[in-house]
Amino acid sequence: MPVAIEYYLGLAVILFIIGAMGVLLRRNALIIFMSVELMLNSANLAFVAFARYWQQPGGQIFVFFIMTVAAAEVAVGLALIVTIFRSKASIDVDQMNSLKG
Amino acid sequence: MNIQLILFFVLALVAIATALGMLVSRNAVYAALFLVLNFATVAVFYLLLDAPFISVAQVTVYAGAIMVLFLFVIMLLGGEKLNYPSKLPWQRPAAIVLGVILFAEAVIIVLGQRGLLPMDMALPEYFGSPVDIGGTLFTQYLLPFEVTSVLLLVAIVGAIVLTKTEKK
Repeated sequence: MPVAIEYYLGLAVILFIIGAMGVLLRRNALIIFMSVELMLNSANLAFVAFARYWQQPGGQIFVFFIMTVAAAEVAVGLALIVTIFRSKASIDVDQMNSLKG
Repeated sequence: MNIQLILFFVLALVAIATALGMLVSRNAVYAALFLVLNFATVAVFYLLLDAPFISVAQVTVYAGAIMVLFLFVIMLLGGEKLNYPSKLPWQRPAAIVLGVILFAEAVIIVLGQRGLLPMDMALPEYFGSPVDIGGTLFTQYLLPFEVTSVLLLVAIVGAIVLTKTEKK
């Protein structure tokens, strides 16, 4: 196993930052959702890397739970997007300001 | 330069390129397909990290189920060409500056804590196998496992209630 853990952590950091940039820069709610998935995925990569190098299966179990939470989050989030699109005919996150006082 | 290191760098390049492709792509369908490729490369990273079960779960759950749901909703809404210009002119430079700061912090932490990071060691034979993962999941982590089943039930009910059209 010659690949040091720093490489995996560096890759996870880069993917996380790209995901965060997606959340901050894009206004399409679907792209923002995909960026959140990318960030969850980079956290998973760091978990699996640490599980491998500490020889602890607990890290992989956590990845399993994160996947479940991500699946639930996507199901509810996409249902919300469909509902918002029905009422506003737009999924621009800047348009979702009806609750503003 | 051995084969694993070469594989790591090639796949890392693909992963970063596809993530950037998702970030800049104007068409939401292209963004979703870039993300599928990204998830597939991450699944190969899991194989390199001796996690075959998680790798297969990644392909079926993320690259399969979640992204199919995304593509379905994009096509249902006809949202593939929906691009909205930002109304805040300072947001883009501010986001880039914050991203650079976050990257610098991460580099300082990872390189500064080098001594605390685990070294490479030989693994037990069964590590990461479905037997190992299943055994740990159903003994030590049984309660969280049951809680996730409740969470999935809540998600199902929530999705149905949200998208149901009211009968007048």
